[in-house]
Amino acid sequence: MPSFPHPTELPDDQRVVITGLGLTSPNGNSIGEFRDSLLNGRSGIKDYEVRYFGKTVAGVCDFDVKRHQSRRDARRGTRAGSVGIYCAREAIADSGIDWDNTDTSRVGVYIGITEHGNVETESEIYEISKFEYDTSVWTHHHNPRTVANNPAGEIALNMSITGPHYTIGAACAAGNAGLIQGLQMLRLKECDLALAGGVSESIHTFGIFAGFNSQGALATHQDPTKASRPFDLNRNGIVVAEGGCLYTLERLSDAKTRSAKVYGEIVGYAMNTDATDFVLPNPTRQAECIRMALDRAHITPENVNIVSTHATGTGMGDILECEAVRDVFGECNNTHINNTKSFIGHTMGAAGAIELAGNLMAFEDGVVHPSINVDDLDPECAINGLVLNEPKEIGTVDYIFNNSFGMLGINSAVVIKRT
Amino acid sequence: MAPAEIRTAIIDILGDIAPDEDLSNLDDQQSFRDQMELDSMDFLDIVMELRKRYRVQVPEEDYTNLDSMASTVSYLTPKMVAVA
Repeated sequence: MPSFPHPTELPDDQRVVITGLGLTSPNGNSIGEFRDSLLNGRSGIKDYEVRYFGKTVAGVCDFDVKRHQSRRDARRGTRAGSVGIYCAREAIADSGIDWDNTDTSRVGVYIGITEHGNVETESEIYEISKFEYDTSVWTHHHNPRTVANNPAGEIALNMSITGPHYTIGAACAAGNAGLIQGLQMLRLKECDLALAGGVSESIHTFGIFAGFNSQGALATHQDPTKASRPFDLNRNGIVVAEGGCLYTLERLSDAKTRSAKVYGEIVGYAMNTDATDFVLPNPTRQAECIRMALDRAHITPENVNIVSTHATGTGMGDILECEAVRDVFGECNNTHINNTKSFIGHTMGAAGAIELAGNLMAFEDGVVHPSINVDDLDPECAINGLVLNEPKEIGTVDYIFNNSFGMLGINSAVVIKRT
Repeated sequence: MAPAEIRTAIIDILGDIAPDEDLSNLDDQQSFRDQMELDSMDFLDIVMELRKRYRVQVPEEDYTNLDSMASTVSYLTPKMVAVA
């Protein structure tokens, strides 16, 4: 195993910091709104109806599409593209970068996605069903909408970015994977500024609801705000959500030059694979991934103040992640553990990025937002340090650890340090 | 459909394709492209919507007839005479 240098021993042009963020989540369209919702127990889950499948619950975003996109372009593009454009524009505005004078050939766009193209394909099949499946009415927009780089490409098109753009397909670890890709490309000098994170439009395809339902993994509850309940004994599955979160990443040297506001430094990351099952996680591999990220950050579990869990509210998934987290952090008395999906559901490709954003503000306010809807803690999810139902003031936060896992055994972890 | 009705149908299609455009002052004699931001994909949208809404087929070699409102209406009138 190659050893990674201590983050503080790296030259500033190899250190990568977060200098801006833009997001849309079911309970907030800015970091301020989102954080306020997380600290005040506001769920973003609502009753929802989707073609063919019918009534269910979901996390739905209500950002203003027209804020950064013409109606014509929104119609021509995809929901994931609109989510991405909103987040990217907001992330740049938040960073304070002089965008008009930025060399956009040196900007890279790295967008994590769980899947892409299902929504558009499904819509077209529905459309041609009204014409007895005559494929001559199949839209010519289908291919540009469904190519896998679509969300990243729409951002580049909207913002006239001529540097590299692509998506990273990484199931529900994709938000972290996008962030990691951005960091790596900055270190390799492939770009000078990265827009990185993840997006999801998954609630607009019935297939994802029907698939989870057939798997026995789709949440149901009379009160939609109570449907997403990771760690609770009565959890019964995933609440599907849409959303996005993109970060403006820069090398520390560049951030210093322009005296940028810095949210935190990415000091550790890791990705690995279970290689054991299509769906069921492997806690041994998850724990290995977590430890690898800690090692690369040159910290011990005790140094971590907040662990943002991936837990989605499924029976086994939550237990297995808790096993991995307990294995690494179980003896830590100052490590606090929470979950954001309890508020917003599972934003799929955006999850890792959004869930990190909600916790990032703890560097400023010293508060850990809770995991809500835990009325009866599952004993198998009882980990030392869980913050349940009410936020907890813990004072200075130095390290935030972000878990994000996905199907086909993909694991990711990111460590952010206070600056 | 009479020419005036065809014009209305085209305006409806254009309104969907280019929702940000003001179509109230469209000059029927001038090329669409000179008055609106339309690209080749938008023209394909016009062809597609004619096919979907009115079952009218516009072969590729006839696309040049969709240059202006006047030429479009003139071209479509015999094709849409039987359309209710």
